Amino acid sequence: MIMMKELSLHVLDIVENSINAGATLVEINIDEDTKKDVMIIEIIDNGRGMDETTLQKVKDPFFTTRTTRKVGLGLPLFEQAAKSCGGELEIYSKVGEGTRIKASFVRSHIDRPPLGNMSDTMVLLVAANPGKDFIYRHRIDGGEFVLDTREIKKTLQDVPISNPMVLDWIKAFVEENLKQISGGV
Amino acid sequence: MAAIKSIEELEKIREQAKDLINLRKDNETKTRVVVGMGTCGIAAGARQTMLAILDELKKRNLDNVIVTETGCIGLCKFEPLVDVIKPNQPKVTYVNVNEDKARQIVVKHIINNQIIDDWVIPNI
Repeated sequence: MIMMKELSLHVLDIVENSINAGATLVEINIDEDTKKDVMIIEIIDNGRGMDETTLQKVKDPFFTTRTTRKVGLGLPLFEQAAKSCGGELEIYSKVGEGTRIKASFVRSHIDRPPLGNMSDTMVLLVAANPGKDFIYRHRIDGGEFVLDTREIKKTLQDVPISNPMVLDWIKAFVEENLKQISGGV
Repeated sequence: MAAIKSIEELEKIREQAKDLINLRKDNETKTRVVVGMGTCGIAAGARQTMLAILDELKKRNLDNVIVTETGCIGLCKFEPLVDVIKPNQPKVTYVNVNEDKARQIVVKHIINNQIIDDWVIPNI
């Protein structure tokens, strides 16, 4: 069976959908609440959105907008991951406005895949799509940090965001901040 | 403990980087590397493949290579797929490219111009 070993790979996969839908700005919100024992991953884009008919079919593995093969597994896989951890996947979309995908998980569920390497996912997204913007916001109980490529670009001015030194900075920024908000271990 | 990475630090990086930027913007003289990043590619490990390519390029200071991604092209069982397109040469598609193969492709093909025939599928 195909499965993603890390939630950060699902995030990458879903954001790829956003990019293919023509989004110029993608927000990734990860919210962990240890007391309520929930983890919520939300991906919001300003892409072209989906109409009602498409929206009804989108969780069906045998639906895809692509023409190279007959199945579309990204959303069904993400939904299955959420459902097998006591959560669910919700999709909101409006033509011309964008799409919001929200997956919830019971945080301590034994089958919940680890978050995995979010710094790698962010570095890859930025490196492969320097023209797009991403906001990654991660909250664990009281702690929070934000990575906003619009801010980074403003600081960099004429230096491209895909510059290797900048990518290294992004990786370290995400790693250090994640460590900090997960209790500084 | 070292201070958390800050935006101020980016200023310094900008200062360092701006002198090193290759001002040639003509993409026609650049090699293009395209990594399959559909659901199939990602599940097969394409994220690490692409990061390995970026890392190898960085180590060797190559700035005339553009690394991008593409969606599923219908050859899911061969993922991760990597295309190398050198200027004025036909596209070469490598199959099942893990991190190790990715690094060797950078060295042998991109730098030394030697196509690694064993890992290639016929032009599609």
